[in-house]
Amino acid sequence: MTAYVVRRILAVIPVMAVVVTIVFLLIHLIPGDPVSVMLGPDATSAQIQATRAALGLDRPLHEQLFTFYGRVLRGDLGHSYFLDRPVTRALAERAEPTIVLTLCALLVAMVIGVPSGIVAAAHRGSWWDRGLMLISLLGVCIPGFWLSLNFIFLFAVRLGWLPAAGYASILSEPRAALTYMVLPAVSLGFNQSALIARIARSCMLDVLGQDYIRTARAKGLHPRAVTYVHAFRNALVPVVAVIGITTAILIGGAVITEIVFNIPGLGRLIISAILRRDYPVVQGVVLVTAAAYVLINLMVDLLYAFIDPRIRYE
Amino acid sequence: MSDRARPTWWRRLLRHPGVVAGAALLLVFVLAAFLADVVSTHNPTRLVPGSRLLPPGAGHVLGTDEFGRDVYSLVVHGSRVSLLVGVTTMLLTTLGGVLVGLLAGFNRRLDTLIMRLMDGMMAFPAILLAIALMAARGPGVWNVIVALSVVYMPRTAILIRSTVLGIRDLDYVQAARALGRRDLAIAFRHILPNCVGPMLVQGSFIFAYAILAEAILGFLGVGVPPYVPSWGNVIASGKNVIREAFWVSLCPGVALTLAGLSLNLLGDGLRDVLDPRLRVQ
Repeated sequence: MTAYVVRRILAVIPVMAVVVTIVFLLIHLIPGDPVSVMLGPDATSAQIQATRAALGLDRPLHEQLFTFYGRVLRGDLGHSYFLDRPVTRALAERAEPTIVLTLCALLVAMVIGVPSGIVAAAHRGSWWDRGLMLISLLGVCIPGFWLSLNFIFLFAVRLGWLPAAGYASILSEPRAALTYMVLPAVSLGFNQSALIARIARSCMLDVLGQDYIRTARAKGLHPRAVTYVHAFRNALVPVVAVIGITTAILIGGAVITEIVFNIPGLGRLIISAILRRDYPVVQGVVLVTAAAYVLINLMVDLLYAFIDPRIRYE
Repeated sequence: MSDRARPTWWRRLLRHPGVVAGAALLLVFVLAAFLADVVSTHNPTRLVPGSRLLPPGAGHVLGTDEFGRDVYSLVVHGSRVSLLVGVTTMLLTTLGGVLVGLLAGFNRRLDTLIMRLMDGMMAFPAILLAIALMAARGPGVWNVIVALSVVYMPRTAILIRSTVLGIRDLDYVQAARALGRRDLAIAFRHILPNCVGPMLVQGSFIFAYAILAEAILGFLGVGVPPYVPSWGNVIASGKNVIREAFWVSLCPGVALTLAGLSLNLLGDGLRDVLDPRLRVQ
């Protein structure tokens, strides 16, 4: 197990190196001179020179890259001129809503997805199965951001049950936070619940076809006990792996959901940074989300190896 | 064996209900895109302040938006941008993915390097990397296509590589090698044809992702410029008036959902027919 853990952790290094390089290159993809684009048409040439020197853009590309690596390793992601604070601080201030939203959506996705998949597989070919799989196909196709708008119209504008937009910190006002979080979490989690349901169903069908299930049935166990105790536990193992992918998609989706529901998280930070041409912030958000994704996948892989010992020996 | 005993792959495709339904639905969108000028009732870019936010009814089948533009005509014209972005992204990702995947599958030395690069690119949430690329390059249809192609290409490359690795050491490839064929000839004549199935399946899903991602970028205001009729742009303008006029965002969203549905049905069906090993039980 230790060898596997070490190998898996070491594998993160090249991936992160590529991530940092791509984030570094973003600023060089800006057509023309990035500094004059950043500062706008009113900037004087002295300002442009000063900013270029401050960002190190006047040095050769490879030197800039190494400096960037060094800065990232020291936890320095640059300075946002518009917010007048280090990018890391801006990120820290805006991280909470995004994390809360992603976790709530993940919870919604699993609470809807896993039971739907299990029930569909247990009653394979029945109307339950067909109905649930039809809903999950629709769930995959309905764009989450559009679903959010419809939820706002229905539950906030028409029925008035929930607030249309806004955010409250879960730490200071937990009750208000929950009412604000229901619509965003459900509309973000719904798409992923469809994916999870499909995967849970096919994993469950795999397990239900195995010999030990037949043995359990043959020795006279109640069919429900066989499905929900013997099969369910083994079907869950691959579902754990899906959580990694789901979380990555949810982080991306959270960006859009935040815009719809006016939640002051990383998504709104990056979109407003784009409009202000505040590139260090754009780079910071992209880097942090990619790093979060890599770390979550690492944790899921380690957890997976812990649950299923066969993984370690591959 | 006679045709009746063993139907060819395209006959099996034509008998697959998902493929038929998906293809028929997609055909509607293709026709809408090509005949947009004929089937639309109004000029989708003309602003008519006098007829702002009219509900669906006579004159405007699906109502009007906050600038008095006809929503039906906007949706019909929007299918052009969606299909253009979807098809071109699919072609570019397939082309790039095939080249990169073949290279990685054949050249063991480059393989590790290429795969680490692909892993790194896949570490970004797809939509966020697309947003960042759009932030650097600015709004525009071609920038959207390039950004989405860069984002989705690694998936195809990884798929092609794994298909190549599965075939590379099979007897018939060894035989071709023993006959003195060069790597390039083996790659294109003996291996690539076996990648067509997975490529088509992957292509239809990337088509669907690309249409959705284009709409998301437009919705966020970083995709095609706001004055271009596109589903994402119309949904974005509907967001501002959701309290008074829900129909503005409703119709392009339905179009987006149906387009996604058609491509998902097509992709699932293609997978069932062309790659039975991956069939979902």
